[in-house]
Formats: sequence, structure tokens, C-alpha cells
Amino acid sequence: MSIQFDRKIHQTLENANLQLAVYTATGRLKDGRTQIVSPAELPDYQELRTEAHDLKKHVMENLDHYLEEFERNVEAHGGHVVYAKDATEVTDFIVGLAKERGARRIVKAKSMTSEELDLNERLEHHGLEAVETDLGEFIVQLAHERPFHIVGPSLHKTRYDVAELFTKNLGVEREEVPEKQTAIARKVLRQKFLAADMGISGANMLVADSGAVVLVENEGNIRLTTSAPKIHIAVAGIEKMIPRAQDLATFLKLLARSGTGQRLSVYTSILSGPRREGEIDGPDEFYVVLLDNGRTRVLADRAKRQSLYCLRCGACLNTCPVYRKIGGHSFPWVYSGPIGAIITPQFLGIGHEPALPFASSLCGACAEVCPVKIEIPELLLTLRGEVRKAETRDRKNLLEKLAFRLFAWIMTHPRLYEMAGRAAAAMAPSETGGWIRSAPALMNIGPLRAWLSQRDLPPAPPKSFRELWRRR
Amino acid sequence: MVDQLMPQIGMAMVEVLERLGYRVDFPEQQTCCGQPAFNSGYRAEARTVALHFLDTFDASEAVVVPSGSCASMVKNHYASLFEKEPAMLARAESLAGRVWEFSEFLTRVAGVEDVGARFEDVVTYHDGCHSLREMGIREGPRRLLARVRGLDLREMQPPEECCGFGGTFAVKFAELSGAMARTKIDAILRTGARTVVSADPSCLMQIQGVLSRAGAPVRTVHLAEVLASR
Amino acid sequence: MSRDHILHRIRTALGRSPGQAAADSPAARIRIPEVDMEARITSFRTRLEELAGHCHRAATPEEARTFVAAAIAGKCALASNAPYLAECGIAALSGVRSGITDRAELRELCATAEVGITSADYALADTGTLVMISSPREARMISLLPPAHIAVLPRDRILTGLDELLALHPLPSNETSSMVLITGPSRTADIEQILVRGVHGPGEVTVVIVG
Repeated sequence: MSIQFDRKIHQTLENANLQLAVYTATGRLKDGRTQIVSPAELPDYQELRTEAHDLKKHVMENLDHYLEEFERNVEAHGGHVVYAKDATEVTDFIVGLAKERGARRIVKAKSMTSEELDLNERLEHHGLEAVETDLGEFIVQLAHERPFHIVGPSLHKTRYDVAELFTKNLGVEREEVPEKQTAIARKVLRQKFLAADMGISGANMLVADSGAVVLVENEGNIRLTTSAPKIHIAVAGIEKMIPRAQDLATFLKLLARSGTGQRLSVYTSILSGPRREGEIDGPDEFYVVLLDNGRTRVLADRAKRQSLYCLRCGACLNTCPVYRKIGGHSFPWVYSGPIGAIITPQFLGIGHEPALPFASSLCGACAEVCPVKIEIPELLLTLRGEVRKAETRDRKNLLEKLAFRLFAWIMTHPRLYEMAGRAAAAMAPSETGGWIRSAPALMNIGPLRAWLSQRDLPPAPPKSFRELWRRR
Repeated sequence: MVDQLMPQIGMAMVEVLERLGYRVDFPEQQTCCGQPAFNSGYRAEARTVALHFLDTFDASEAVVVPSGSCASMVKNHYASLFEKEPAMLARAESLAGRVWEFSEFLTRVAGVEDVGARFEDVVTYHDGCHSLREMGIREGPRRLLARVRGLDLREMQPPEECCGFGGTFAVKFAELSGAMARTKIDAILRTGARTVVSADPSCLMQIQGVLSRAGAPVRTVHLAEVLASR
Repeated sequence: MSRDHILHRIRTALGRSPGQAAADSPAARIRIPEVDMEARITSFRTRLEELAGHCHRAATPEEARTFVAAAIAGKCALASNAPYLAECGIAALSGVRSGITDRAELRELCATAEVGITSADYALADTGTLVMISSPREARMISLLPPAHIAVLPRDRILTGLDELLALHPLPSNETSSMVLITGPSRTADIEQILVRGVHGPGEVTVVIVG
């Protein structure tokens, strides 16, 4: 694997406090989910998952139709749709509009899509101030870091970290109590909301028959971002589409339950168009930016297309024993956890981090909790095969390929296999029947060394099974 | 793995099956199901080994496997190795219907839960991930253990977490694999059990390896060994 | 132009042609349970209180008014233009500003008000949710900016849940630019997983059910 990946994993594993924070935070979310989707709480949970899967499959397979329907409905309600193929086009649109309107101050709602685009940085480069308003995002923005987790961006920060960040950046007196820190952020951000010219959000879902954007949150910052400024821009991947508002009966029953263990998030907003005739408040202008940025390429891959069904709930992160150990910042891209492991190679190419699909024990817990039934372990296996094909093509990692060729050869020649087994047993360090702690220097290489770095090895038994069998 | 490292598991399984009146055969040309190559992305190599497995067991009435991950490889993944070869695919699908993980064979084919075993100890049961999630095996082993005389079963909290073996993952991401195993050990120790039982040899090797390194007074034992005990 | 380019890529990826109809979609799943009104009210109250919201039952509009008057005593309150609030005499309570239709004025008042009083279009029994549809009668900000929110509604607005709401309003966007489902007080656990209420939205939510 790349040195960075290895190092980041190692650093996280070494950091006991961070380990505890990640493990307990995700544990709470995981347990919350388990409880709220149990048969007593949600008897038709499995049916709902199947329906959600089928709806997403249907939309992806007819995506052009639904995008056009969505567009018509957005416009019918007084809004505008813009298609953007990449981060540059999104930025150009927003900057262009801001210039036209004389807008300079922007408030932002939490959006993984905007992280994917490095949108804040790009906007700042053009002289626009874009302030994150979700408390966790606000904190990581001050720290100049990426969000740590899809739902809990500042999971890795302690109250002391927050105290530092606030004193340094907000000019306030040092405050270490979380409730008071929250109050400080509320005050600061309130001023931003009320002074902002433009609010930018993502979208949890896009509704084709309504031209609507659906947004869920617990804090209220998304409602403020999309209601206080005169302009609201929602930037959303094309795959966020669902067919009908009525399908929210399926998706909303799964989304919050899966992600945070709540029946519904505190606020669920269904927004379409600028404020209507007679409505007292709300934006005067409403834009939806439909983003490609590699999604059409994933769409073209039949087997892996299901990666696009993702609702970004975070359930797979919370249940993944690997994520719960290495955390979000160990991953090479903004999307972490099991979903990150399957979409990163598809968006950035498998060469970006060839080891990523292998950073999994394939335990399958993610597939069990995914509300839209994405077959994550299957896709990891497919990606592993692709990495090997690329290695063969680029003549990389030849030693390992050779080792597995040898493996195949031995395993198809039983007598060779037996001989190899006896040879290994003879060479094995023989402690007095006990488990083996270390190997002699010459042998302490490769897989043996890696194994022994963490755990002992069983002693070689005096006779193999087939030897015992023959003597019966 | 059982053959070379933990032969007592194989012998225990044979004993239980014979006790139940089955005639047991061990085709000696068998080697491996090919899973290590498959999980590492070497599909061609996995296919080669899978072919050998098919040849070995084509004629067998029932193939009982003391490992959920190996059984799952044959039952759930062989088809994808022979996707484009109808004749091979047919053989793989036919075999898939005759391959059973050991506890599965007892509860679903033999239809038994009490095999006349006695094993006096406080134990906890570890579900291998493939057994649990790819084969749907959860209740079977517990029903079998419930009928073992003298056995006190304590469930881990949290249940169903991966031990961190994951095949080559255990050596490629050794530190991470070790960290996952140590979390598992914590859960084990909290139960107060003195023995960990599992139906997956690779999990047993991982868990025992870490227990041993930690100097913990807990041993691991395969389900077959428990059921063979009198 | 990116629109055509992207749509073209999608069609190529899917093997579809421009203007091609979509395959039949799976049916929408709307299942409305049978729940009598008393059970709905009990469920609503239980769910809301689990989330640290408050629920008060008033037998009559007058009782509702008395309750709200006590709740806002000495505080500066802003009420929406919902006819029901006028019906209950709440809009006319002393200390309550109401009848605002200007956006800027509304925002200024909201920013300093201690309590925002609204009615609600519906309530959802199975989740303890208020449904607020933006209209000339209900502005968005009143249930959002002030630190406390009181909603007063007649019991017949309580639906069994989301399915029933979507059965009654299959296309909310035809009626409003904003339909918001409010389920309890605003909250976060972003700092050390410690639960804090009233981050941006109101930290106190009280629902008065009349009848």
C-alpha cells in the first residue's frame, strides 16, 4: 500500500484517545440503529430495504428520464437547474452568480458533495467567504481539516481542541464546556446566517415529480441556510434522485434510523423553488446544480452501478470493524468507510490507492446494515480482481502473483501439497508444544513476520490430519 | 488448514459423524477450496484450485466442511469463477447443493441437536463472519451447544464482531488485524468464559494467537471438538 | 453545453435514447394504519416527550390560550398569522406580536423574540412530528429563530404518520416552497458526543393539542 495509507492507519491505531473516541461514537450510532430497526420497532424493515433498493435501481436505470422530469418541475416552480460536469463548472456557476448579484457572504450547510469538490477552498480563492454552519463542520473548517465521519465531522476533536480553535479564531475567551461552546458557535453563526447573501446546501434526495430537494438535519442550520439568504443553491450528485414525493414514505423511514438511530431527524425539509406568491419568507432565487464528476462513468458499469444507490447515511461506517479502528482520516478521499472503499477507486481510479479494496476483512457487516442493499463485499472483491489485472498489465507486484501461482500449482498437486506441509512442519520452530512467539531471523520475513508481529502461531502438530486418517 | 495445523478438528468431526451413523470418507487428493487466492483478487488461480476441488468431490454424496468460510466459498462464490463456462458452472452448482458446513449438516441435514456430548466449562461462542452473514448460520451452533452436558454458554457483548482474520488481510494489514482481534479478546474476557468455541478454524487461529500473545488464560476449541467430547 | 453532454453520457451508459419513456417504476408504498384519535394523541405525546419536547392538552381554545399566556409570561413572543391562533385568542395576547407580512420586519422580530408561536398544518403521531407548510399564514422563521417554539393545533390535524401525510399531499411542492417536518428540539452531539439542545433551531418545543 502507499506509505501515506500505511502511516495514517498506524498513527490512528497508536492514538489511544482517538481510538476510544471513534469506537464509542460509532458504537452509539451502531447500537442506536440496531434498536430502532429491530422487529419490535420497525417490523417491515427488510421489506423497506428491498423497496428502497428497487426504487434506486429503477431510477439509476432511467436516470435521464428522471433528470429531465426533475428539471421541468424545478422550473415550473420558479427555480433553475444547472448541470455541472466537475468542480470547476460548479465553482464558475456560483462565482458567476455571486458576481452578478453582488453576493460575497455565503453560508453553507453540511454537504459531502461540496467536500468532494473542495468547494469552500475554490470559493475562497475567488474572494467569497463560505462559512460552514453545522457545528461539527464549523469546527473542522476552523481546523482546516476534512470531516472525520459522514454524520459526525468533528468526532475526533475533544472539547480542549474546540476551546483552542474558538479562542484562536473567534476572539472569544477560552471555554471548555461543550454546552457553552455550542452557545458561542450559535451566536457567531446566527450573525452569519442573517447577513449572508447566499446559502449553499447539498441534497439528501432530489424528487423528480416535485422538482424538490430534501434535506435532513438535527441542528437547524440547514433550514437557516436555505431560508435566510435571498439565494439558495443546492449542489447535488445526479444519483440523489428518487421518483416521487410519495417515495419518501420508504426512504425517510430508513435514512435517519440507519444513520443515527432516530425515527426521523429533527428537521426534514422538502424545498422547491423560491418562495411562492404570498409566502412571507424564504429565498427569492432557487438553483439546483446537478453534478456529474465521475458519476456517469460509474453508471456505465453495470456491476458496480449500485454504488450510486448510497443515501450517505453512514450506517456502514458505524458498523465496520475496520472504520471503527482507523477512522475517517485514514482513508485517501473524503468518502470513508466501506462506501468510501468502493467509490474511491471508481471515481479516482484504482491506481489512486491500490491497497484500499484490500483494507477489509470482508466480514459483511456493512452489507447487512445498508438501507439500499448495496453489495459492498462483492464490489470489494470485484475491485480486488481489477487491481490484480492492472498489476499484471503494469508488471507490478510480480512476486505476489508468482506466490499465488505457486499456491495454485501446489494445491492442484496433492502429493506436492503433502510434501510442502511436511517440510513446513519440520522447519517450524518447536517450542515445547506451546504456541510460537517469534521466528529465527532468517525466517522472520514477509507474511510470517507480519503474523508474528501481532499474535502467536500454533505449533506444528506431530501428525497432519491425513496422516492420522491413514492410521485409523 | 485443519489438515496441516489443527488435525484434531478433523478427527473430532469424523467422530461425531460416525457416532451419528454416517459413513465418512476422506478423498485424499483434496487440498484447498481456493479462497485465499479468490479473496486476494487472483481469480484465475482461484479457479484452478476450484477445479481441483470439483474433481475431488464431484462424486461425493455430501461434503461436510469444518469451516464456514470454506463452505461459503464453494456454495456462494464458485459460481462467479465459472460464470462463462456452462459445463463447469453446472458442476459447481450441483456441488454447492451438497456442501455443508459442519453445524449446518448436523442441524439441517441430520436433523439433530443432541449428539451425546459432555464438555464441562464456561464457554463463549464466536460466529465466523462468513458463517454468519454468507451462510445464515447463527442459531444452529447455539442449539447444539445448548444440549452439551455441563456446558455454560455466555454470549459476548457486542455480539457478531469480526475477529480481524480476513485471510491475507491478517498479514497485509497486520496491525489493524491485531487491533480488531484485541477488541474481540476484550469482549471474550468480559464474559468470564475460559474457552472460546467457534466453527471456523481461521478465526480460532487468529483469536488463540492473540490470546496466547496476551498471556490470557483462555483457550480456543472448535465446535467439533466440543461435540466429540464425552 | 454540460446539460446535453451529461444527459448524453447517461443515455450511452444505459443504452437509452432521447425521449425514451422510463420503464414502469415500482409502486409507491403508502400504508396507513388504523389508529383512533386518543391512541394517536398518546403516541404523539410519548414520542415528543422522549425527545425532551413538551406536550400539553387543552380541552378548549380558551384553555389553550390560558396555557400559552402562562408559558410566555414576561417574555417577548412572536406569533404567526395562522387563523387558528386568532381563533384561540392567542394572537391577541399581550406580549405577542402578530400579523407580520414583511420579510425584513419578521426577521428582525424573530431575531429578538424569546418565543415563536405557530399553529401547524399537521402532526404525525408515530414520530412526534409537526408538519409546517410555508404559506401566508405560516412563515418559516417563526419556528426556527426564537429559542423556544410553541405550536397550537386542533386534535383533528393529528395524522397517523408520514404515509398518511403523503397520501393527503402527494405533491407538496405544488402547494408550497417549503414543507418542514419538525421532530423535537434542535440538537447536536458534535462535541465529544455530548448532547446539547438548541443549537440553531429552538431548544424548547411545546405542542398544545386542543380538543
